[in-house]
Amino acid sequence: MSATAEVNVNGAELIQEVLKAYPEKSAKKRAKHLNVYEEGKSECDVKSNIKSLPGVMTIRGCAYAGSKGVVWGPIKDMVHISHGPVGCGQYSWASRRNYYIGTTGIDTFGTMQFTSDFQEKDIVFGGDKKLEKIIDEIQVLFPLNKGITVQSECPIGLIGDDIEAVSKKKAKEYEGKVIVPVRCEGFRGVSQSLGHHIANDAVRDFVFDKTDPDKNKFESSPYDVAIIGDYNIGGDAWSSRILLEEMGLRVIAQWSGDGSIAELENTPKAKLNILHCYRSMNYISRHMEEKYGIPWVEYNFFGPSKIEESLRKIASFFDDSIKEKTEQVIAKYKALTDAVIAKYKPRLQGKKVMLFVGGLRPRHVIGAYEDLGMEVVGTGYEFGHNDDYQRTTHYVKDGTLIYDDVTGYEFEKFVEAVQPDLVGSGIKEKYVFQKMGVPFRQMHSWDYSGPYHGYDGFAIFARDMDMAINNPVWGLTKAPWQQAA
Amino acid sequence: MSQNADKVLDHFELFREPEYTEMFANKKKNFEFAVPADEVKKQVEYAKTQEYKEKNFAREALTVNPAKACQPLGAVFAANGFEGTLPFVHGSQGCVAYYRSHFSRHFKEPTSCVSSSMTEDAAVFGGLNNMIDGLANSYSLYKPKMIAVSTTCMAEVIGDDLNAFIKTSREKGSIPADYDVPFAHTPAFVGSHITGYDNALKGILNYFWDGKAGTVPALERKPNDSINFIGGFDGYVVGNNREVKRMFNEFGITPTMLCDPSDAWDTPTDGEFRMYDGGTTLEDTANAIHAKGTIVMQSICAEKTAEYIQSKGQEVVKLHHPVGVKGTDEFLMAISKLSGKPIPASLTKERGRLVDAIADSIAHIHGKKFALYGDPDLMLGLTGFLLELGAEPTTVLSTNGDDAWAAKVQTLFDASPFGKNCKVYPKKDLWHMRSLLFTEPVDFLIGNTYGKYLDRDTGIPLIRLGFPIFDRHHKHRYPVWGYQGALNVLVTILDKIFDQMDISTNGIATTDYSFDIIR
Repeated sequence: MSATAEVNVNGAELIQEVLKAYPEKSAKKRAKHLNVYEEGKSECDVKSNIKSLPGVMTIRGCAYAGSKGVVWGPIKDMVHISHGPVGCGQYSWASRRNYYIGTTGIDTFGTMQFTSDFQEKDIVFGGDKKLEKIIDEIQVLFPLNKGITVQSECPIGLIGDDIEAVSKKKAKEYEGKVIVPVRCEGFRGVSQSLGHHIANDAVRDFVFDKTDPDKNKFESSPYDVAIIGDYNIGGDAWSSRILLEEMGLRVIAQWSGDGSIAELENTPKAKLNILHCYRSMNYISRHMEEKYGIPWVEYNFFGPSKIEESLRKIASFFDDSIKEKTEQVIAKYKALTDAVIAKYKPRLQGKKVMLFVGGLRPRHVIGAYEDLGMEVVGTGYEFGHNDDYQRTTHYVKDGTLIYDDVTGYEFEKFVEAVQPDLVGSGIKEKYVFQKMGVPFRQMHSWDYSGPYHGYDGFAIFARDMDMAINNPVWGLTKAPWQQAA
Repeated sequence: MSQNADKVLDHFELFREPEYTEMFANKKKNFEFAVPADEVKKQVEYAKTQEYKEKNFAREALTVNPAKACQPLGAVFAANGFEGTLPFVHGSQGCVAYYRSHFSRHFKEPTSCVSSSMTEDAAVFGGLNNMIDGLANSYSLYKPKMIAVSTTCMAEVIGDDLNAFIKTSREKGSIPADYDVPFAHTPAFVGSHITGYDNALKGILNYFWDGKAGTVPALERKPNDSINFIGGFDGYVVGNNREVKRMFNEFGITPTMLCDPSDAWDTPTDGEFRMYDGGTTLEDTANAIHAKGTIVMQSICAEKTAEYIQSKGQEVVKLHHPVGVKGTDEFLMAISKLSGKPIPASLTKERGRLVDAIADSIAHIHGKKFALYGDPDLMLGLTGFLLELGAEPTTVLSTNGDDAWAAKVQTLFDASPFGKNCKVYPKKDLWHMRSLLFTEPVDFLIGNTYGKYLDRDTGIPLIRLGFPIFDRHHKHRYPVWGYQGALNVLVTILDKIFDQMDISTNGIATTDYSFDIIR
């Protein structure tokens, strides 16, 4: 990591310039979130996980989005109630592409929107009675569901509803049914991040602590692992799982993309938890380590360099037979990755990328870009914490722009000044940058493509970056009569 | 290993490869402890029955797959239609992320909107400080001409007072004393996105006409000959507003479009990001009080706004998303009556062309049964058009349409022989619709993108008309209003009919005797 990231402009000056647009008090606050990374430092030196400024265009979501959209929502055989007004459930309805296999509406419910559709009277009189009735109606109409979660929207906490009591009562009435109240009201915390934590705690309290260990029994093996923190966007967890199985491991649970309640319940039987999205699921991984003695290891399945490194790291927890098979897996896919790189690297070499995403991607995808000869010159997290920025130092080069909770204004100015060849961020940012003539990929949803994880995913990743950057449309943004002579 | 660099397989094909299908089977068998296949099959069949339908319709508390969104979304839509206006949502920030995503997914365009980012402390102490800082920040950063404030459920539950908060923000210097900040309370637990549109639009008119929240004297109406047009919450606003302006222009009239996001959601890709583009000017908004009259295209969508405008002494013409020949006739006659100008020959000719197109195609539509769902005004317009085409709108459903709306739909049914066996379902959701499609099957389903799950489950082909349309591109650029718009709707319906015809007749040596090249 010695080469200096080539930014067209002086990063420190650029940051000062951008801050001038803010009122003084706000400029002072935002200054702490912006920095240029200096080689050798153990941190990116930005403040994080702090309230967003009111009135700026933050890219962040809320605790409900973190719990319902990310952690609980993808558990496919449970019914997740968006408890409160209709909007939150509607906007998060099937928009994250957490792929799963099942008969929707019968034994799986992932792409449905269940809401208590709060009306004024529910605000005035409370929604607990309605919630009881909703659970009864779910049992009548969706009898094959394996459990229910109650995802609280803002008003629930404000009006003091006791969703815990309702859930407990109904769980008893339905003879031990898993009914999980989740206090993920959108106003809690500063972003979706707290929602992840709250959702993890709910797994601990309402699944682990209440599971009968003899339920859903299977014979353990020394190679049992659980995938933690992969939401199976476009099938990511599947293109990851296949590698783990090829190296001789047995994946007993997938969290939470394509996950089932039985898999959640059985996870404490794993020998190792392998953690992809550290931000959203380190809490439950640490809990399993403390309570059940299950070690956990972080991994990165973006791009062949990191995949190889991660496969070996995971194998190091097991015996030689696994290590041998791991080498075979790496060797097996070598031809594919060589061919992908041979095809796409010449088209992508030297291209500059600016990222702004959530979870782990602001750092994890850097290696994949580098495998294709590309360079990430700016990155930042929607809802990262200090430990995410510490981990980022292993990935970024000297001179990389770092921007925490970037505002729409800052991001536009940075991109205007740096002129990257590609921006990777979300749907809210996509069209802003495309209008500016900058190629873009949605790096939350893979722009409806994917998977991007694993070797199979890397081929798709490379193709997608090429199609974004090298499409002829970017040569058409200026009319011939507008171009400088 | 099936992946390869020459032909990259993505999720469509990759996961159908044998190594993946085997992996899925093992996962299911060993770890999911899934419901046995025969039980799943039994439930699949049971959910198609009359008995299940009755249980489904007995629901009182649970809503499944509703066809509506919440108030603030409509408020953001309304604000987006005014010149240089930044929508500002007072409440928690996650909501705004959702509104921006929702609109961007439909229009494939950026949608600018800020929030006051209220968190726990605001929940306890109120959001005044968030408003003071928020207005200062958005005013400095995004340099809007106007900031239009609305609320979320959070701000409404704790009872924040927008008028007082904005006043205090002015006093504290967040924004200049004479800077325009109209506002509306838009709790998410009342009504739906169309209610939010109504409240926000009324809030903006009220602000300009009634003394800018007590800072200047109220305007005195001095009637002139101009005409206002209010479109309502409309997923086709980009194509529709332009078409509406064109039709007015044929009369020689330039209408005042009250709320016009047709440019804001259709900016060019030319190297520049325009945060604001087009929109009703603030001057026009104020002057709209003097108009002779206002045509409201979707009156359920703008009930309070229409009432307010009427209270100022204007004539208000209330329509219901007119689609088709009669609908457009009614619209043009309203313009003619209001303006005193005759209907231009050019539009009469367009009418004839539409009738010509319908006459060419009736054989394929006549007697076909349709189920449709969506916003109440849209349902009235489409029901009218289908009846006019000789189709049967057998099932008309709305989540945010009430009993009064249902009565209007019934009136349409009653006036047509094709409406004889048709039924209307107010305040129902798409899970109700699912039961109806099984127990009372139709030929085609009309609705927004969410209807694709119904298409999959029931085998009834979906014709995409409504909001949101996420999974097809550029539909919003084509009008559905006016004779030209009706032609677009007609073609959309016909294309699906022909596609289905081809799919059902392409079996080689089995059904392809009817695989005709001439339809």
